[in-house]
Amino acid sequence: MTYRAFKPASLLVLVALTVSPASAGTPPVGAASCSGCHRPDGSGTVPDLGNLTTDEIVAAVAAYRKGERPATVMDRLAKGFTDEEIRAIAAWLTQGPSAKP
Amino acid sequence: MKKFAPSPHGLRKVHPPSRRRVLLNVAAASVATLAAPYVLAKQAAQVVVVGGGFAGATAARTLARDGDGDIAVTLIEPQTQYTACPLSNAVVAGMRDLKAQQFGYDALDKDRIKRVSARATGVDPTARRVTLEDGTQIDYDRLILAPGVDLRFDGLRGYDQKAAETMPHAWKAGAQTLLLRRQLEDMKDGGLVIISVPANPYRCPPGPYERASLIAHYLKTKKPRSKLMILDGKDTFSKQKLFEAAWKELYPGLIEWVPLSSGGQVVEVDAATKTLVTDFGKHRAAVASVIPPQRAGEISAIAGVADKTGWCPVDPVTFESRLQPNIHVIGDAIIAGGMPKSAFAGNSQAKVCAGAVAQILRGETPTAQKLINTCYSVVAPVYGISIASVFEPRDGLLTEVAGGVSPMDKPASFRAEEARQAEAWFETITRAVYG
Repeated sequence: MTYRAFKPASLLVLVALTVSPASAGTPPVGAASCSGCHRPDGSGTVPDLGNLTTDEIVAAVAAYRKGERPATVMDRLAKGFTDEEIRAIAAWLTQGPSAKP
Repeated sequence: MKKFAPSPHGLRKVHPPSRRRVLLNVAAASVATLAAPYVLAKQAAQVVVVGGGFAGATAARTLARDGDGDIAVTLIEPQTQYTACPLSNAVVAGMRDLKAQQFGYDALDKDRIKRVSARATGVDPTARRVTLEDGTQIDYDRLILAPGVDLRFDGLRGYDQKAAETMPHAWKAGAQTLLLRRQLEDMKDGGLVIISVPANPYRCPPGPYERASLIAHYLKTKKPRSKLMILDGKDTFSKQKLFEAAWKELYPGLIEWVPLSSGGQVVEVDAATKTLVTDFGKHRAAVASVIPPQRAGEISAIAGVADKTGWCPVDPVTFESRLQPNIHVIGDAIIAGGMPKSAFAGNSQAKVCAGAVAQILRGETPTAQKLINTCYSVVAPVYGISIASVFEPRDGLLTEVAGGVSPMDKPASFRAEEARQAEAWFETITRAVYG
């Protein structure tokens, strides 16, 4: 009985996932540009963001913005994003390969 | 199932008849009222991309991957191999092989992109139809033009395609790049190399100064009595202070930059004698690289998306043309505010444009995005400088909201790191777009 009661709910979840990948696939503001340099198969000079956690990315960008972390270009780019934007980008970048372009 | 916004146009198809039209005919003939909506719901939206450079190839791949089979992508590109411009100045200076600049389209074919190796010669924005040189017609729901630049062989007196065989522009990488390299190799020590630079806008704003730097490196090491002169159609240029500081440090007395106000603008050339004429005088070169004025690739004028300036105004959120509906333009061909004409910018724009096109086809409202441009210039093998900026749509234009050039007064280790990043970026971007 418990199982039967649960089943329709899980079906609904499935339906919701099937209907809305469009919005899940649309990257948050600014996120599409990151892969211009950061790639899983990229060179060691530029880190693969997929190896980091959301909090690590947020903290790194905050430090770049304050000039507290050595940088070449990221200190300049970090100033173009709000805290909320950085958190959304970081969450999106770390949510798994299937959701990323 | 995901559904696309109904498009009455989507019911007409490619000539010769496509699978879609056949399906529709079957559906119509069967009068199976229940079956027909199913067939319609399964219609893939047709997106046609013209141009397989950094911008066009990125747009095609992003749509093919994210469209999840609901978007059918056709890429029209006459070349079967792409020769990339970034780092091609290193090829000119003999530091890099042209092969390292060349990429095929196999990976795009694997992404289920229908690739058409032909030149697009016509666009009918009302019928939403592209015509190829052989007369084949391809219908679209959305068209993305990424035609790059055309060199204006009517823009500088004496400089036509034949003159370019003597005074190479090398502004489209390939045979021209190797021609300029060969001329430098054949030049006697003590010769004068001249680079002619047009007024803005043109592809790759810092490119001519990177070229001057790397040729200077070649001359310094191989032909030390030679000199290099830059005849410029403007008074300031991208990363100017960084370039000038690097020239003073690395190539003292070797490079002379003549700005517009000092008579730098070249108004005429004579290919037979390699003479460049300015309002102030004549300069005779041993080797001359003439970078002529440019405009958006020809198909943009045919499609009616280029304005009087020769460039394409677009909406900064969707990259849809300001002049024609359902046609988007990305990359070097656009003029939409402060974003420069670079491979990085084209790649960023392509991803944003592809996302917006997918949203439009799904009946969603496109999301305003921020875009990044990062451009490295290599001044010497271990000396790189960069510009890195963030842009967002403001008042209908892509406006810079943060960013800038590399800091002055940094140690050699910082310049070396940026030179390494320049190469790392090239590997990353080419793997992402063509790998």
